[in-house]
Amino acid sequence: MSEHTVEVTVNGVAYTATVDARTTLVDFLRAELGLTGTHVGCEHGVCGVCTVLVDGKATRSCLMLAVQADGLRITTVEGLAEAEGLHPIQEAFAEEHGLQCGFCTPGFLMATHELLEANPDPGDDEIRDVLGGQLCRCTGYQSILRSVHLAASKTRAQRAADAHA
Amino acid sequence: MKPAPLDYAAPETLAEAVALLADASREAKVIAGGQSLMPMLNMRLARPELLVDLRRVDGLDHIREEHGAIRIGAMTSKREVEQSPLVRERLPLLHAATLHVGHPQIRSRGTVGGSMAQADPAAEYPCVAVALGATMRVVGPGGERTIPAADFFVTYLTTALEEDEILVEVSFPVPAPGTGWSFTEISRRHGDFALAGAAITVALDGAGTVADSAIVLFGVGPGPVRAHAAEARIRGGRPGDELYREAGAAVAAALTDPPADVHADSEYRRHLAATMTTRGLAEAVQRT
Ligand SMILES: Cc1cc2nc3c(=O)[nH]c(=O)nc-3n(C[C@H](O)[C@H](O)[C@H](O)COP(=O)(O)OP(=O)(O)OC[C@H]3O[C@@H](n4cnc5c(N)ncnc54)[C@H](O)[C@@H]3O)c2cc1C
Ligand code: FES
Ligand code: FES
Repeated sequence: MSEHTVEVTVNGVAYTATVDARTTLVDFLRAELGLTGTHVGCEHGVCGVCTVLVDGKATRSCLMLAVQADGLRITTVEGLAEAEGLHPIQEAFAEEHGLQCGFCTPGFLMATHELLEANPDPGDDEIRDVLGGQLCRCTGYQSILRSVHLAASKTRAQRAADAHA
Repeated sequence: MKPAPLDYAAPETLAEAVALLADASREAKVIAGGQSLMPMLNMRLARPELLVDLRRVDGLDHIREEHGAIRIGAMTSKREVEQSPLVRERLPLLHAATLHVGHPQIRSRGTVGGSMAQADPAAEYPCVAVALGATMRVVGPGGERTIPAADFFVTYLTTALEEDEILVEVSFPVPAPGTGWSFTEISRRHGDFALAGAAITVALDGAGTVADSAIVLFGVGPGPVRAHAAEARIRGGRPGDELYREAGAAVAAALTDPPADVHADSEYRRHLAATMTTRGLAEAVQRT
């Protein structure tokens, strides 16, 4: 079993680590780096709880080997908010009750983050297309849909404020 | 659920990658986007000794137009295909099909070459490749060869690729101007693998009758199923509801034994195939 040295930037912090070839990215993030905000569920790409951003793109971290992340930039749910407070997407999920048990939430937040970075004013269909790739067993999804709409309006407001500043 | 112990290599040239695959001392497998292979590794349905990652090999990630064809590198992600203005304009059928492949979160890593090599009978890309008459450019220890899509997909999860061959590019001929097309898929939820689907192209002659068509179905056989009988039935025919229904009937008659599973029995898949042919043909003719 080959071992590899990987250099990966996670939430802006550069790490160098030695990994077994078979270690998945999600296990590396959780077990090696202690970033347990990214959850792990089905381990075959279906549930989406392990979704992180890889070079800005929403990606299943259970379907990627840690060694494949060499040289790449990863963002996990821990990287969303500044040191204090919540990220606007997190605020929106809290305000619109976009979670109950919270197990699925990190994946929804990261998938939403990519969506709103590309388009802070997505239509219902575009949102549903992204949310369709994430499973939630609690909410029934309607509150998540509302959360994403609210997160979008918060993102737009923030961008408008930034543009004035 | 973790992969069994394995070795990993990310060579920088195609020649090195082929040499690793050709080395008979250990069982090696290509990994592209991992969106089909990683689940099989995690569930230990596949236990290769060596993974050969193509991510560092140059020249496998492109979409360009050359000599009347759109050539797409095997490592091009489906996200890139989805967002390509060239594909949207020249191969609207491929663009439409791409939106049905899993979810944006899957298309971010899943590649064009991976979908072809995986040859899932319920997958969109093999069907579109057959409908558009694509060719596969393949490199192995003996050099390079080109395989027409119609010969590439052999049966369930099986292609004409040898174990030491790498698919490097898929070339889609740009349909003649005025060619109509449609892509129809029925799945339990959007983004799931299809229960059944159809990719159709149609061209009319000066008199407004059907000059040529391709009707290719997926999810109803061991690979993409070209509906030769239905195509022959409508050639020279005048477009209209009757012709579309006859095409659907010809599809139903020719489908001997569509697969049955917990989501749909054989008879339902046959019904879907006929209905999608009838509707899809009408839609394709509207676009001529
Ligand atoms: C939740 C989920 C939903 C999905 N839904 C769909 C769907 O609706 N429709 C659909 O079509 N697919 C779907 N997929 C599968 C997805 O599209 C895969 O991306 C695709 O099947 C394989 O592409 P890949 O690049 O990930 O290949 P990999 O998983 O890396 O490889 C797949 C196989 O192809 C071989 N291979 C890959 N590239 C090459 C090459 N260049 N030369 C030779 N051999 C090669 C590998 O050795 C392996 O055997 C889904 C996947 C998931 C996880
Ligand atoms: S754990 Fe990765 S998709 Fe379910
Ligand atoms: S909040 Fe419990 S699974 Fe989504």
